Formats: sequence, C-alpha cells, structure tokens
Amino acid sequence: MEPILFAGLAAVAAVSGLLVIVQRHAVYAALFLIITMGSLAGLYVLLEAHFVWAVQVLVYAGAIMVLFLFVIMLLNLPREDVPWAPRDLRRIVLAASLSVVLLIELALVIGLRTAPAKEPALSLGFGTTEMVGRLLFTKFLFPFEITSVILLIAIVGAMVLAQKHFR
Amino acid sequence: MANMLETLVIMVLKIGVVFGVLLLVAAYMTWIERKVIAAIQVRWGPTRVGPFGLLQPIADGIKLFFKEDLIPSQVDRTLFLLAPALSVVPAMIAFAVIPFGGTTTAFGLLSHPVALQITDIDVGVLYVFGVTSLGVYGIVLAGWSSNNKYSLLGGLRSSAQMISYELSMGLAVVGVLILSSSLRLSEIVLAQAGVSWLFGIIPLPKWFIFGQPLGFLIFFVCALAETNRAPFDLPEAETELVAGFHSEYSSMKFAMFFMAEYANMATASAMATTLFLGGPSGPFGPSPVWFVGKVFALLFIFIWFRATLPRFRYDQLMTFGWKRMLPLALANAAVTAILVAVM
Repeated sequence: MEPILFAGLAAVAAVSGLLVIVQRHAVYAALFLIITMGSLAGLYVLLEAHFVWAVQVLVYAGAIMVLFLFVIMLLNLPREDVPWAPRDLRRIVLAASLSVVLLIELALVIGLRTAPAKEPALSLGFGTTEMVGRLLFTKFLFPFEITSVILLIAIVGAMVLAQKHFR
Repeated sequence: MANMLETLVIMVLKIGVVFGVLLLVAAYMTWIERKVIAAIQVRWGPTRVGPFGLLQPIADGIKLFFKEDLIPSQVDRTLFLLAPALSVVPAMIAFAVIPFGGTTTAFGLLSHPVALQITDIDVGVLYVFGVTSLGVYGIVLAGWSSNNKYSLLGGLRSSAQMISYELSMGLAVVGVLILSSSLRLSEIVLAQAGVSWLFGIIPLPKWFIFGQPLGFLIFFVCALAETNRAPFDLPEAETELVAGFHSEYSSMKFAMFFMAEYANMATASAMATTLFLGGPSGPFGPSPVWFVGKVFALLFIFIWFRATLPRFRYDQLMTFGWKRMLPLALANAAVTAILVAVM
C-alpha cells in the first residue's frame, strides 16, 4: 500500500509542479502549485510526520497560496501570451548551463549516497507534536530562533517599503 | 477477521451517521434560522409547508434540484464547476476529528466500547484549522471564475477576511492548548472533565471557557468572520455586491455554497464546544445529547448575532481584526503562558 501511495503522490507532485511553469494563466499556475504542496503534505504523512503535514497544509496550502491567489486576482492578470520558446540566444545558453549544473549536482548527490543497510528504527513518538516541539526547543533552538529573526526582518522590510508610498 | 470486519463496519457507520446528520443540520439550519429571526422580529416565519413549516427545507431542496442549472457563457468553466465542490468538501471533512460523544457499546451490541469520534489523530486541532482554511479556495475561485466584477470583489473580500481572522482564531486557541497540553481533541475534552468548586459552594464544570473567557470570546468572533456570517458577511453584502461570490450560481451549485456555509457554522460551533465547553461531557444522561445541545446553543447565538447586528464597513472589519483581535489574542496567549509557568 505504501509504495503505491508514494508513487501516486510523487507523480502528482512532479506533474503538477511541471504544470505550474507550463501554464500560461497565472491563476491556474497557482492552483497547480497548491496541488503540488498538497501531495508533498501527503508524502509527509507517509513519513509519519503528522505535525509537519498539518503545518504544510495550514501555512503553505491554506495561507500563503491564498495570498498568492489574492494578489493575482487583485491585479486581474490577463492570459499571458509569451512566445513558447524564447528566441534570445543568451537566455538559452544561460538556462542550458544552469540545468547542466543542476543535473551534475543531482547525479553526484544520488550517486554518492549509499543506501542504509536497514531502515533506521523510528524512535518512540516520532513525528508527534511533542517530539517536534522538544527538538525545536533543544537541539534546533538556534536555527529556530535565527529563522524567526529573518522573518521579522522581512516583515520590517515590507513595512518600510510600503510606508514609502504614503509619505 | 471478524474483528477487522467489525472495525470496518463501525467506521463506515460512524462516517455515515456524521455525514448524514451534518447534511440534515445544514438543511434544517435554514428553517431554524428563518424561525429564530422571525421570532426576534415578531413575525411567523415559514408556516405553510407541513406543521410549523417543518417540511420547508425539503421543499426548498426539491425546488433547487429541479431549477435550471445556468452556466453563463463567459465564465471559466473548469473552475466555475469546481468551486462549489471545493467549498463544501472541507466544510464536511473537518468534522472527522471532533468527538461527539463518550464511548458506547451500542446497547451491548458491541464486544468492546467504541469512541464516538471518527478518528482521533495527534494533531486534531491543527487538522481542523488546516482543512477549514482550504475552504476559502471555493469562494475565491467562484468569485474569480464567474467573470463578474461583483463576484470578484466578493471573492477578494472573503480571502482577505479569512486570512486576517484565522490568525487571531489560532492564537485564541493557544491558551486552551497550554492548559490541556495536547493537540488531540479527545485529550482536550478529558482535560475539561470534573467539577471545581467556586468559593467552595458553587459547582463549576472545569470547562476552559471559565479559565479562558477572553479566548472563547475571540474564538467565537473570529468564527463569525471565518464563516462569513453577519456582522462580517461582507463577501456577500447584498446592498453593495448583489450577492457577492455566488451571484452567477444557480440550482444545486448555489445550494452547495449554502450547505458549505451552514456546515462551516456547525463545525465552528462544534470546535468551540470541544475546546471551551467541555465537548460531549455532561453531568448525567447520554453524552451525544449534551454535545448536540451545546452545538445548537452556539448556533442559536450565530443566528441571534445576525438578527441583531448591522454589517461592518470593510475598513472597520480590517481594523477590528488586526488592531483589536490580534493584540488581544496575543496578550491572552502570553498571560496564560506566564500564569501556567509561574503557578
């Protein structure tokens, strides 16, 4: 059952991820991004990480993507008619070289990794809210706090940028 | 094998009963709402169809089924058809984790007691918040795909409103989570079991509404905003937006938006009951009766608000959400945390 679910969710995530960039219409692109995030959330459940599932749905699918859609609809973007293949040679060269770099990176990472001899046993209470909270406030306290400071900086930055218009 | 079959049958039965009751409540809420508002405004309300107009929701349902299903020519067809389903499904499945009773053996029919709750997951509270936050897509997409300015405005208003109030709603619950130290709804209900004695003489159930009165108030006001109910019904403000996001919908697709609204009200009331009113616990008698009673008491307040209060202006709504509700909810969570840490 688990391999089937994994294959299904991974396929949905990959296909809708591709559709996000292929879609000409911004609203549909955003919707496919929501589907991608939903299937990623499903993958977290398969990994016994229920708390991460809930946060993924609540924060990404439920809040951030609503804001995305809100902005797209507020601007009422028309169907974009960009030419399918960019004619600019420099762009093609840049895109091709970047994808080659990514491909090499992926090959290195996947090739270097050796499969573990046996599945590591899940510790008791793995993935529960209690366990995630405990780790977050002990082992990963520093990254956790740094993240909150970064987010705070982003908020202050947005405030400053928005204030400029009203002065 | 027989045991597995029994588990399966119980599960299907539980889902069927919850789903059926939720649909019935959604239908009969229209009757209750019309009757209650009529009583408040000293009118009769529906009286013609059946005794006390009790068959009115069924007549309305049949009428909606046989209405012509209009699809305007300039709409975005895929999303226009998808939107009603997207708004009704989250409203229904949010109920899956809410405990609606204690345990039962179905009058001795079952070999072991079964919990009256479809499933009891570790992140129950977050599940409900996550799923209900997806309901906004139905409204937003309905507004956008209708290709109608009023609908679009309704959809935009709804998304802004839901995001603004969801934050305060989540923070209002933090106090309860600190007191019960669990996200599992059954454990939150358990933490509210028993009686404490006020001044040593007055028995008071250990419901979190007494420890968290401000939390309950914020939660309930935010629930009004989340379900687009008066005085926060700006997404469908008739005087400004015709009917808002569902202007272009007819027949059963229109009915599905209404079902979603009433199901959302029922879910919000059930959540308030579970988090603040001790869930299905009561001093005597069967627990599901207590649960239903508490939920309907809250639903009555929903309707009471609609009959009493005029609609907010949009800037008032935003100011109220961000400058009043959010600081209050934050302060409530902080004070609760400090008190629990000190005591």
